[in-house]
Amino acid sequence: MSILRVENLTKTYPSAGQPLTVLHAVSFDLQAGDTFAIVGPSGSGKTTLLGLCAGLDRATSGSVWVNGIQLDNLSEDQRAAVRNEHVGFIFQNFQLLPTLTALENVLVPLELRGQRGATRTALDLLDRVGLAARAGHYPAQLSGGEQQRVSLARAFANRPAVLFADEPTGNLDPDTSERVVNLLFELNREAGTTLVLVTHDLELAAKTQRTLRLRGGKVVEVSGMNEIIN
Amino acid sequence: MNNTSWLFRMAWRDSRRSRARLLLFMASIVLGIAALVGINSFGDNLARSINSQARELLGADLVLSANQPFDAKLEPALSRLGTARTREVSFASLVQFRPGRGTRLAQVRARDGGFFYGAWETEPKAAARRFADTTAAPGALVDDVLMTQFGAKIGDSVQVGNVVLPIIGRVLKTPGQSGITSAVAPTVFLPLKEVTATGLVQRGSRVRYTRSYQFAPGADVAATVKALQARLDAADIDTDTVAERQRSTGRAFADLTRYLSLVAFVALLLGCVGVASAVNLYVREKLAAVAVLRCLGASGRQALLIYLIQTAGLGFIGAVLGAALGAAVQTLLPRVLGDFLPVDITVSVSWGAIGTGLLTGLLMAVLFALLPLLSIRRVSPLRVLRTAFEDDTAGPDPVRGIVIGIIGLFILAFAYGQTRDWKLTLGFGAGLLAAFGALAGLGRLLMGAVRRFFPAGWGYVWRQGLANLYRPQNQTLTLVTSIGLGTFLLATLFLTQAMLLGRVQIAEQKSAANLVLFDIQPEQRAGVEALLTAQQLPVLQRVPIVTMRLTAINGTSVSVIKKDTARGIPAWALTREYRVTYRDSLNSSEKLVAGTAPVIGPDKIPRISVESGYLERTKLHLGDTLDFNVQGLPQRTIIGSTREIDRSRVQPSFLVIFPAGVLEGAPQFQVVLTHTPNTAALAAVQQQLVQRFPNVSAIDLGLILTTLNDIVDKISFVIRFMAGFSILTGLLVLSSSVVISRYQRVRESVLLRTLGASRRQILRITLVEYGLLGLLAALAGIGLAVLAAWALAVWVFEASFGLAVLPLLGLAALVTVLTAGIGLFNSRDVLRRSPLEVLRAEG
Repeated sequence: MSILRVENLTKTYPSAGQPLTVLHAVSFDLQAGDTFAIVGPSGSGKTTLLGLCAGLDRATSGSVWVNGIQLDNLSEDQRAAVRNEHVGFIFQNFQLLPTLTALENVLVPLELRGQRGATRTALDLLDRVGLAARAGHYPAQLSGGEQQRVSLARAFANRPAVLFADEPTGNLDPDTSERVVNLLFELNREAGTTLVLVTHDLELAAKTQRTLRLRGGKVVEVSGMNEIIN
Repeated sequence: MNNTSWLFRMAWRDSRRSRARLLLFMASIVLGIAALVGINSFGDNLARSINSQARELLGADLVLSANQPFDAKLEPALSRLGTARTREVSFASLVQFRPGRGTRLAQVRARDGGFFYGAWETEPKAAARRFADTTAAPGALVDDVLMTQFGAKIGDSVQVGNVVLPIIGRVLKTPGQSGITSAVAPTVFLPLKEVTATGLVQRGSRVRYTRSYQFAPGADVAATVKALQARLDAADIDTDTVAERQRSTGRAFADLTRYLSLVAFVALLLGCVGVASAVNLYVREKLAAVAVLRCLGASGRQALLIYLIQTAGLGFIGAVLGAALGAAVQTLLPRVLGDFLPVDITVSVSWGAIGTGLLTGLLMAVLFALLPLLSIRRVSPLRVLRTAFEDDTAGPDPVRGIVIGIIGLFILAFAYGQTRDWKLTLGFGAGLLAAFGALAGLGRLLMGAVRRFFPAGWGYVWRQGLANLYRPQNQTLTLVTSIGLGTFLLATLFLTQAMLLGRVQIAEQKSAANLVLFDIQPEQRAGVEALLTAQQLPVLQRVPIVTMRLTAINGTSVSVIKKDTARGIPAWALTREYRVTYRDSLNSSEKLVAGTAPVIGPDKIPRISVESGYLERTKLHLGDTLDFNVQGLPQRTIIGSTREIDRSRVQPSFLVIFPAGVLEGAPQFQVVLTHTPNTAALAAVQQQLVQRFPNVSAIDLGLILTTLNDIVDKISFVIRFMAGFSILTGLLVLSSSVVISRYQRVRESVLLRTLGASRRQILRITLVEYGLLGLLAALAGIGLAVLAAWALAVWVFEASFGLAVLPLLGLAALVTVLTAGIGLFNSRDVLRRSPLEVLRAEG
């Protein structure tokens, strides 16, 4: 089943009176459980593509379907509801809410859905990432690796259909990176989630089934998959 | 989705690490609410006290009074009124104390008994009873103020006219009389039977005749008065019942507390501006967290509600604290306003005032906080990917306009609720807008001037301190407005007070009259002038005065006009006793507005000159006919001109002036103006007058100055007390903004220290920044105050405007030092602790 489908996605910004196209007609289609990396140099359009796929921004033209729902004509609040229901996120700088404990951070997506037994689920997830003992700690009291593991627990809390990871190891040392990446792929496998990874790290990208290389907003290379069309 | 409970949970969780900071910015509203609750509680208690003590205010169930002896034809009816009666004859006269020979103008009240209700407190206590006992030897009761002024003791004597009586007690409190009344016109009480012997009650003397009645409990006083009303009106007798006194006193004080509560409301508004400004900084800190929430699926509305619940919750705590403080403040107010109050205040909790204060404060705080909070709705989740993304919250937001509109309407509704007058409400709104606008404008102008003319060669510390005023998200304008408004109130008060007192002091100049002798009978004039000449005192002016009453306007009798309320002619103009002079020209304090100087017309009807304000209030016109009753003789006149009077000049002023050649034969008395060079000469002439012309009264303008000074001091204390709330609110806003922006400051300070700045340099930068901020606020406030005082001088008081520079500089220095001190105090953490420690604590 198609979990993330992208068709002719183009994003143009007005810049000094001139339109600046940062993404040119990108298309692909990902199935349940696929792992997918978007690579490319800084300014190549990776983050823009991720933002559009996750419904954080609107494309200038083209369409995005997440778990069969077309995002193009939804309002920001409707897209937020789709994110809560079907999407998980991991960020380079963790993006934990600094005023909430580890447990409360994991609880946010569950409580937003009004899910029963949310605390139990969140504690199980923290246990799964090895941080059950740190549930009551604030982000500032955790190391970078620990923060990213809390972030992983939060990302999987709502059992998302698709998980977007933006440079998940960008702020971590090699040893910690490896532990986090292993955990990420393990959880992904267990949950059967489709994983979309944006990274500079080609070694990390190589762990995915498929890779898309961007330069100047255009797809310059695809590997490991037949469905990618430029 | 159990949305509501999650929103509350999130608001609670998110506030956990910044609750102390948030509470501080909500503290900005505490003082405003305290002032509001305090004033309104006090107003409620005052109204209650007036209602419960109205009988004590009047001292009787019914009081009848007139400017002439009561018509003998009414006596049978009046003698049947009530179960007990007292009579009083009162007038102003010079009184002299013996053995000290101290002389002063006092209010003489000759009574044949005490008061039926209320505490007439004397020392010794038995003195009031002895006074009321008609069989006891006659004696006088003298106001404590007078006794203290002349060092008189019980057992000394007081001379009133031709009568010398022993002082049997000092009066500490009289029913219906406030501390201010005693200060302005201290009283000497005499037994009524002595009044004839004083020789002071003569034709033309200004005397008030009063009768007080006590009725049996439950008697319908209003019905009794109603039955007699027509006859009383015909005899020019005024009535005052407990219900009427209750209404009039209640209304006067309700007005006072309403206006004071508008001042309190300004303090609340200032606090709210502070809240909006602090919430704005807080929101900027929270944008990243909001973006994460949006990313995780929270809607814009949910994100907004989380922070709105937070600020409303803290606003509620602030409002409760304010209300509690206000309940405490109201216990102070009877002391602050004590001298103005005619009743004893019983302080109790006014739940209505507390409820109104809580609701007003909370609503205002939430509305003002909503202005910056609204931008949360528009925070894009894209911020989690791009930290520099700022396009989402920029741009116009129509909801913001709606909130501003609601705030404006609420302010107007509040003002209307207090004043019940649309003109005043709109005036208040416009004044507020003008004051805030002018302060913000002046602040901006000063900031621009400092920036532009700042010496480029000054050192790093100075330049950095100045640059801090312009940093992004600076609070400079908010603080200049809030601290500036408090400074403005204080400086305006000071300048106006100085101007008012300065005007009176003109009376002390060498050439100007400082002693006014009045009630001089025609046959006494030569003697009084001779007495002055013997004392080597000049006769600066002599003015004849004839009393008369209005009987008809344009041929319609006054009694008919009185019934016709549609004409809008005020009753006082129809029933008052007119004190009129006659001359053919205007004097130096008068200016002709229209028509010609007083003259007898070709038709032999005198063309009189009336004061322009009087003409306006009575809705009369040039050419209208006025018929007067000049002590029994009818006199027709035509309004021939209008005049303006400069009331700052020491001159007797008149509503109506006749031409010469009409009133010379009428019963009249004279006023003579003179100048005494010193207090010894003043005492000597007053003593001589009491001895030789006891009916002649003298107004010592020096004494009036002292009394006025006293009153102005008391009023300004009340205003200072209220302005204090604004100043303190400004300082609280400053404290909260320093604490809220500490996060940003810590980072800068850490960076500066990493780059090699010493702790001392950081301290000096902070000092320069807050010193400059305080100075700008003080200058803006003082600048606006100078403008306001100038406008008041030119248009209201018509006085020359002078600037007392030194005290204003002192005020500017005080505000600057206070601001710098508070800025430094709240930044002490940044300076005292190591950068790393601070960063950890803030994180």
